[in-house]
Amino acid sequence: MGKSTCYHCGLDATLANITFDEKLFCCNGCKTVYEIFSVNDLTCYYDLETAPGATPKDIEGKYNFLENSKIIEQLLEFNENNTQIITLYIPHIHCSSCIWILENLNKLSPSISTSIVNFGKKTVRVNFNAKTLSLKNLVTLLSSIGHEPYISLDDYSIGKKHIDRSLIYKLGIAGFAFGNVMFLSFPEYFEVGEFWLEQFKPLFRWLMFTFSVPVVFYSAQDYFISAYKGLRSKILNIDVPIALGVSVLFFRSTFEIIFDAGSGFFDSLTGLIFFLLLGKFFQQKTYSFLSFERDYKSYFPIGITKINTNGKEESVQIYDIEKGDRLLIRNEELIPVDCILTKGNARIDYSFVTGESKTVSKQSGDKLFAGGKQLHGSIEVDVLKSVEQSYLTQLWSNDVFKKDKSMAFTNITNQISKRFTISILIIALLATTFWLVADPTKATNVFTSVLIIACPCALALAAPFTFGNVLRILGKKKFYLKNASVIEQLAKINTIIFDKTGTITVNKESAITYEGLELSKEETLLLKSTLRGSNHPLSRSLYSILNEHNILTLDAFEEHLGKGIEATYNNYQIKVGSAPFVGLTSETALLNTTVHVSTNNQYKGRFTFYNDYRKGLPNLFNSLKIEYDLVILSGDNEGEKENLTKLLPTKTKLLFNQKPKDKLEYIKHLQHEGSNVLMIGDGLNDAGALAQSNVGIAISENVNVFSPACDAILDASKLNQLHNYIKVSKTAIKIIKWSFGLSFIYNCIGLYFAVSGQLSPVVAAILMPLSSISIVAFTTLATNLSKRKLE
Amino acid sequence: MSVIYVLLTISIIVAICFFAAFIIALKKGQFDDSYTPSVRMLFEDELIKENTKKSILTKKD
Repeated sequence: MGKSTCYHCGLDATLANITFDEKLFCCNGCKTVYEIFSVNDLTCYYDLETAPGATPKDIEGKYNFLENSKIIEQLLEFNENNTQIITLYIPHIHCSSCIWILENLNKLSPSISTSIVNFGKKTVRVNFNAKTLSLKNLVTLLSSIGHEPYISLDDYSIGKKHIDRSLIYKLGIAGFAFGNVMFLSFPEYFEVGEFWLEQFKPLFRWLMFTFSVPVVFYSAQDYFISAYKGLRSKILNIDVPIALGVSVLFFRSTFEIIFDAGSGFFDSLTGLIFFLLLGKFFQQKTYSFLSFERDYKSYFPIGITKINTNGKEESVQIYDIEKGDRLLIRNEELIPVDCILTKGNARIDYSFVTGESKTVSKQSGDKLFAGGKQLHGSIEVDVLKSVEQSYLTQLWSNDVFKKDKSMAFTNITNQISKRFTISILIIALLATTFWLVADPTKATNVFTSVLIIACPCALALAAPFTFGNVLRILGKKKFYLKNASVIEQLAKINTIIFDKTGTITVNKESAITYEGLELSKEETLLLKSTLRGSNHPLSRSLYSILNEHNILTLDAFEEHLGKGIEATYNNYQIKVGSAPFVGLTSETALLNTTVHVSTNNQYKGRFTFYNDYRKGLPNLFNSLKIEYDLVILSGDNEGEKENLTKLLPTKTKLLFNQKPKDKLEYIKHLQHEGSNVLMIGDGLNDAGALAQSNVGIAISENVNVFSPACDAILDASKLNQLHNYIKVSKTAIKIIKWSFGLSFIYNCIGLYFAVSGQLSPVVAAILMPLSSISIVAFTTLATNLSKRKLE
Repeated sequence: MSVIYVLLTISIIVAICFFAAFIIALKKGQFDDSYTPSVRMLFEDELIKENTKKSILTKKD
């Protein structure tokens, strides 16, 4: 560890010069956390990892809503007398030190009895006594050690979460039965004919029957349900032949053991269901730290401060806000509803909504939209609309959010299963007719054998194992897919739509150009010194590009909120800010963000801010343009049009001033014309478009931070790899088609035995696992080879 | 040879015991988080050290 970094959080601490216990800290906040830990003998925190902490933020008043008993009631998982349990989401959890400190919370407060961390989900489950430590104090305590929990409206509405483990139960039962049945049917495989084994045959067979009953009626129930649903809506999905095969296997085996005609196929039956469930389980790759279902509720706070008519402050639940209420929005708080600013100066960050990081200044009387974050002191506002009716949140009442995308299209396995099922039935009927003529005693045997051997185990396994593996490969490359059907959809895409701000542009940095009279060295120096005093984001970016190093001590400095800054030095006066502020009246209408400069009331020129585009963007567009139609849908004005046309292929369509609803409608329109649309966006304003498109990908600079509901989350640094990811999904489809071919070969071999009436349990027991395992091996190998395409 | 009844019974009982253990573990949520316990295991030493030192729990008001 370098000497000049903070012992607690690892940030640069050279300037701060705060030492305590011979350790260097970057700020008093970090020092305080260290003090808390050292007093309580918890400095082990620093031994596990170097500089694991986060600077505690000022949270004065932020959690006042946790005093509202109605809100507390909703948040607590368990609430009785002296025991309260709550699960809090803590975004900062990132290392073993975090786990350690959060599981030792009981050392910081005696009211906490236990706390258990789930690292994958980044949550801590705290067991505490609310009589001695209120929920608000618990949250304050966590914040004071740099582990501030994130509590949003989402926690309020979901209620108690239920974990679905039924698939693991089913898999466990099938595996258990499979192993035991295999074991019990061994004597029959070798047909030893030993006297005592002959004696115990019925016992062994009835035991196998007992084991397979729960497998058929519990583990396999999803296949029966799905097959029934498919038939009712007149679709021959893959579960139809599976359900048919399973029931034929079970009934024929039962008859065989009742009439002592054979040992039955219980081993194949349980094995089949076990492998099928295994495939299902493998395909369920979930990223517990990501959520693909977020809507505005994940961004919005639960409670806000309301100012009553008598001037008293009170915490209210967001849903209880009514038109005409007066609210107090503190620094760093989110505006939950559309409202009018009545008091204070607002500087709003709409980056949640638009992806645009530049703040907007508003004066008293201006309208504020829900979703903005206040960044500069407290403001008071009058509510215009309730939460659900606000401009932003209204988007979610659109029907598109109620549809389940994966239900709407037939996947590759089901496409093939229709033809498969029909041909199997034809073969079964033909073979039975033949045997009815040739040897009627064998007819039923042949009929059931065909249905058993045709049970499409290998066919049904090809897709889950291929997709499951591709999901994992892409996940390692920071492209997180919601589920397997996204891969199939991605392979079919022919139109790609990009959002502009925050998606193809970088959030933070901007490119800046200067136009006008040249500034002298003194003027530049003065400009830089002036900018130094301002905290406005534009001033900060401008400050960082000016090269002068000497800083002057200004004689006078004044910041006019929403207008600009003014400073004097040695009778030299400078004004930096908006056009009217510096005295420029005849401004040519310019759409980009500009900062104007004048010295001694003489207009000098303007700095224009351009978006900075992500690296590798022209290359990505050039490689994509061959196969795909490309469109840019931007919510911004046309200021960047010239820049974009230079950067992107000429075929690219550019559309500006698109409202969230317009984006959604545009995609709908394209889909009506038969396009398969991939939408790439980032902000909440793209949420509608992401939901409407065939595949919606959310770009995120930090995947742990929130992104809107989508089908996939892509790390921003990997955007230039997009084309390769699409190629991999296409390869996956090819691999599945190859394995279909392979499984047909197995089916033909099996059908030979079945049709000729020679299918014995041993043949079935060998052929079935062999085909399944070779398919699994083939798909795994092939998908791993396709990984080479990715860097 | 009727000992096979006894052997079978025992083997099935053993199998069912393991199966029951699996179901109970699953129900208690042991498979919900497969990462944290692996880290938590390594903290045992530190915890014991802390306890012997008799730490005082204050500072927070």
